[in-house]
Amino acid sequence: MNISLTLRIATRALIRNKLRTVLTMLGLVIGVAAVIAMLSIGNGAKASMDERIAGMGTNTVHIWPGFRKGKKRGGQEERLDLTVDDWKAVDDLPEVMESCPMAQSNASLVVGSSNWSCDVVGTSPSYLTIRNWPLEAGRMFTESEINSAASVVVLGFEVKKELFGAADAVGETVRIGNFPFRVVGVLIEKGNSGFGSRDNSALVPYTTHLQKVRKNDSLSYLTLQAPTREAVKALEIIAVDFLNERHHITDPENGGFSAFNMAKISDMADQSSRIFTLLLGGIASVSLLVGGIGVMNIMLVSVTERIREIGIRMAVGARGIDILSQFLAEAVALSLSGGAIGVALGYFISQVIAKYAEWPAVVSQSSVLLAFGTSVFIGVFFGFYPALSASRLDPIQALRHE
Amino acid sequence: MALVELRGIEKIYRSGGGVEVRAVKGIDLSIDAGEFVAIMGPSGSGKSTTMNTLGCLDRPTSGAYLLDGLDVARMSKDEWAFIRNRKLGFVFQGFNLLSRTSALENVELPLLYQGVKRASERRERAMASLTSVGLGERYHHVPSQMSGGEQQRVAIARALVTQPVLVLADEPTGNLDTKTSDEVMALFDSLNKNGQTIVLVTHEPDIAMKCRRVILFRDGRIIGDGAPDEVLRTVARGVIS
Repeated sequence: MNISLTLRIATRALIRNKLRTVLTMLGLVIGVAAVIAMLSIGNGAKASMDERIAGMGTNTVHIWPGFRKGKKRGGQEERLDLTVDDWKAVDDLPEVMESCPMAQSNASLVVGSSNWSCDVVGTSPSYLTIRNWPLEAGRMFTESEINSAASVVVLGFEVKKELFGAADAVGETVRIGNFPFRVVGVLIEKGNSGFGSRDNSALVPYTTHLQKVRKNDSLSYLTLQAPTREAVKALEIIAVDFLNERHHITDPENGGFSAFNMAKISDMADQSSRIFTLLLGGIASVSLLVGGIGVMNIMLVSVTERIREIGIRMAVGARGIDILSQFLAEAVALSLSGGAIGVALGYFISQVIAKYAEWPAVVSQSSVLLAFGTSVFIGVFFGFYPALSASRLDPIQALRHE
Repeated sequence: MALVELRGIEKIYRSGGGVEVRAVKGIDLSIDAGEFVAIMGPSGSGKSTTMNTLGCLDRPTSGAYLLDGLDVARMSKDEWAFIRNRKLGFVFQGFNLLSRTSALENVELPLLYQGVKRASERRERAMASLTSVGLGERYHHVPSQMSGGEQQRVAIARALVTQPVLVLADEPTGNLDTKTSDEVMALFDSLNKNGQTIVLVTHEPDIAMKCRRVILFRDGRIIGDGAPDEVLRTVARGVIS
């Protein structure tokens, strides 16, 4: 008996019992599809989180001024000033590759009768370099506009949409507070970062922001960028120490500068998405295992039900090994086709979920191989015992079986 | 040399309680090529055990069995499967066809296990065999669409497709009415006239009369062997009640 004949016999037997075949396969189909879809959800969530984190700038550190406790217990806390001079001094540190000052406040933008509230950010052109954020139309404000504290604004995608709709915004005038600003550029859509929509912001020169929006001398925070991910930690320490020293702070715990490191967030996100993926994969694996037990169950029933058939086959010359390979081939054929259908279904489900969750559908080759391989392995593993017991039947007993 | 040689065949079954049952108590039997033999006897006489021995399905406790010059009693199970496939053809009382499988595929089955690789060759040989039993036109029917007589003819076609040296039929007419029994026996008769050696088990004297030799079993021994009318006269004298 060669393999093609064995497969032929097995396929014929499977086709003869279509309903049983389909039901057995269903367990594996669901199991494989679940594994692939779940791993894809995990990977998709991770990819989308990575993308959002990268959108906040890679290798960046944000530095905040701290609060100093009041002299009396429960006294008013006093915030340190973070000045433009502080930023310029930090920017001169050799460890800093790029940096920008950040002055943030919420304000209403008015055009004619439309009114929209958003984050108004006073910063420098490096802001876009660090975040790798291109413009959709117009240009970023320039250094000379910063120096002259010009009333120019670059609108985020959402702000532009709310105020101007589909119309061109560049060259128009927007009122922020009591001051008219000229729109010089519009940013492309970036999507939600998980820390509020970045598309709902408007950028102005920091000088203008301090004079006309914030109306004081203190920046909100600084964003620094290190050349590599490894250098981020060192930069964080150096910059915080530098600023503490500059402000003569002896006790950094009380009112010192603090840092927020994006690499840390990205590590945390990585770890949580790994746990998430493992959890989903684990649940899906259980369903694959249950599918495998289903195969064994049906194969055992199938052997009992077909004892007479086995007797007939033995009477006309089938050896034990022929019966064994037939039943094994049936199990393999079941799990191969079940696995293949499961892969297709899992791929489809991932696409659908990715579409609704608005993240990339990441069906990795390894997850397909893992699910498909496990399904075939389970088929063979759980198919072996029933096949072996079939091959050991006594032909006389088998022929007499009712 | 005889086609079938049984020498001193004994079969002892041990039941669970340690009780020994001697089903066959040392029989000698030889059947030549071209014979048409009926084996008769009451139940428990050892005829089924002897048939199982002849069919390479059950190993005798002692004794020698030569089939077509081969010492088959000492062969392994796999070698037996080979012998069953190449040298023997089986016809059963209950037809034993694969259900939901066409007549043609049922007849092809022994060829699959023989390792005939070309589908066209399997098909041709199976068709030829089906035609020889008069069912050439019903090859695509499945057993449930056929009468008992037709099913038994498919089973005979399956037994013949490998051109065996010996056809073993266990109560082949047991599930058939008189008319169809006669048709099946006529088929066996014409096969035998073409040189096919046939051994069948029956308990119906009518059927045995259509064979050329009758072997009578009782209590694990052969008590009669010869022309049907002679042996059946012994039956009439009350050996079989």
